[in-house]
Amino acid sequence: MTKMLHGFVAIAFVVGLGAFFPSASGAAPKPSGTLTVSAAASLTDVFPVIADAFEKRYPDTEIKLNFAGSSTLMNQVIAGAPVDVIATASKSTIQIGIDSELVARPLRFTKNFLTIAVPLGNPANISKISDLQRDGLLLGVCDTAVPCGSAAVELFTKNTLDVTAVTRELDVRSVLAKVISGDLDAGIVYVTDVKSAENRVEFVQIPFRDNVVATYHISVVADTREQQLAQRFVNFVRFSTTSQGIMRAFGFAKPW
Amino acid sequence: MPGLVALLFLVIPLIALIVQTPWEAFPKIISSPEALEALRLSLVTSLVATAFAALFGIPMAWLLAREILPFTGLLRALVIVPLLLPPVVSGVALLEALGRRGLVGAFLYDTLGITFPFTTVGVVIATTFVAMPFLVITMEGGFRSLHQRYEDAAATLGAGSRRVFLRITMPMVAPAAIAGLVLCWARALGEFGATITFAGNFPGVTQTMPLAVYTALESDRSVAIALSMVLLVVSVGVLVALRGKYLQTRAS
Repeated sequence: MTKMLHGFVAIAFVVGLGAFFPSASGAAPKPSGTLTVSAAASLTDVFPVIADAFEKRYPDTEIKLNFAGSSTLMNQVIAGAPVDVIATASKSTIQIGIDSELVARPLRFTKNFLTIAVPLGNPANISKISDLQRDGLLLGVCDTAVPCGSAAVELFTKNTLDVTAVTRELDVRSVLAKVISGDLDAGIVYVTDVKSAENRVEFVQIPFRDNVVATYHISVVADTREQQLAQRFVNFVRFSTTSQGIMRAFGFAKPW
Repeated sequence: MPGLVALLFLVIPLIALIVQTPWEAFPKIISSPEALEALRLSLVTSLVATAFAALFGIPMAWLLAREILPFTGLLRALVIVPLLLPPVVSGVALLEALGRRGLVGAFLYDTLGITFPFTTVGVVIATTFVAMPFLVITMEGGFRSLHQRYEDAAATLGAGSRRVFLRITMPMVAPAAIAGLVLCWARALGEFGATITFAGNFPGVTQTMPLAVYTALESDRSVAIALSMVLLVVSVGVLVALRGKYLQTRAS
C-alpha cells in the first residue's frame, strides 16, 4: 500500500513539475539560488552526478557538496554550519538533529547493503562472512559512531560472529582506501563503495538473509535561507526518475 | 588594532574550550578506561618517539651544523619537508613506504612478516616522522651558535670525538636540546593526521588522545571537549616549561 502510494507521489511529482510551471504563462519564478548539501561519505560518487542533473534541470541553481562521515556532518549542523540539506547513511545519526529541531523530518531516499571488500587477489582467501573470525586477520571496520560501523556491529551480531577489527575508521572511504592499498585483509563497507572502486578492489558478497540494510535519509536543515529550493532538491533526490536511476546505476537499492 | 584582533582570534577559542568543558562530569570522563587508555598510549608513544628523535635526530643536527656531509643545504631542506608537510600527507607517504605493499614495507612483510599499520609501533613511526624535524632544526641552531674552539681544545687535550661530543658539545647546547626535545614531544603528543592515516584508529593500540578526541566528537561532544581540555593543560604545561624562551619580555 505504502509502496503504491509512494509510487503515485513520485509520478504526481514529475507530472506536477510541468503543471506547476507551465512554460506558457512564464509567470512562475524559475528556481534559482545556491544550496550547500552535506552528504555521507558513501555518497561521494553518486551525489555529484545527481547534483549535476539537478543543475541541468534548473540552470539557475548551484549545488555545493560537502562529504564526511554522517556524524561529522550532523555535528557541523549542530555547530551552525551553513548547510541547507543533509543526507546521512542512517536515521539515527540525524536523530539528534530532529530532537533539537535543527532539521526537518528526515525522509528515506535510498538503501544500501554491506559487503566484504578485499584487496585484489584476495590474499587472505576470504570466501564467506565467518572467515572474518580468523585469528590474525587484518579486518577494518568503521567506528560505531558512524552508520557503517553500527551496521557492521549489527552484521556481526546477526551472524553471531566473534570478530576483532584492527582499526575503526571514522568514515567508510578510509576503510576502503586501506583495503585497496593492501594494508587490510578485509573491510566491511557498502556494496556501492566496492562498485565505485571497481578494478582496484574485490569483494565477497554477503547473502541477503545475513546482510544488514542501511537506509539513507535526507532532510532540510531548519534554518536554511533557501527553504523552497532545499525542499525541491530533496524531492528531486527522492522522487525523480533521473535521481533514482543514477542511484541504481551506482549500486544503491530502491528506498522502498 | 590588528594586533588586538590577532590576540582575540588566538585566545577566544581557548576560552570557549574552557567555558564549554563539562566540569562536573570531567573527573568521570577522564578517568574512564577509554580515556586513560588513550592518555597512556599517547604518553608512551610520544615519549618513545621523542627518544628516537633524540637518538637519531641530534647526531643528524650535528652533521648539518658542522656541514660534514656534502650538499648540507639540500639535506637540511629534506629534513624540514616533513615539518612543512600536512601530516595526513606524511601518513600517505608512510603508507607508500612502510605499508604492507609499500616500497620498503613489502620487503619487510615478505621476508620478516613485519607490518606497521594498525600497530603501536606504527604510531611511534608516524609521530617520530612528524616530530623529529622540530628537534633537528632547534638543535642545529644550538650547534651552530657554539664556538668550535671548545671542542678543538678538548680534542687537543686528548679527548676522543665521542667524549668531546658528550662532555663538551652536549652540555653547552643543553638549553637548545631541552627546547628542542619539549617541542618535539609536544608535537608528537598532538599528532593526528599521520597517525590515523598510517596507523589507523583502535582503542588501546593506535587510538592516541587526539584520535580519541576526534572519535568522541562523532558520538559525544562533551567527552571530546573534556579530552581536549587535558591536551590544552599539557600544552600550557609545555609553555611553562619553556618559559625562559617565550615568556621573557626582553632577552637578557
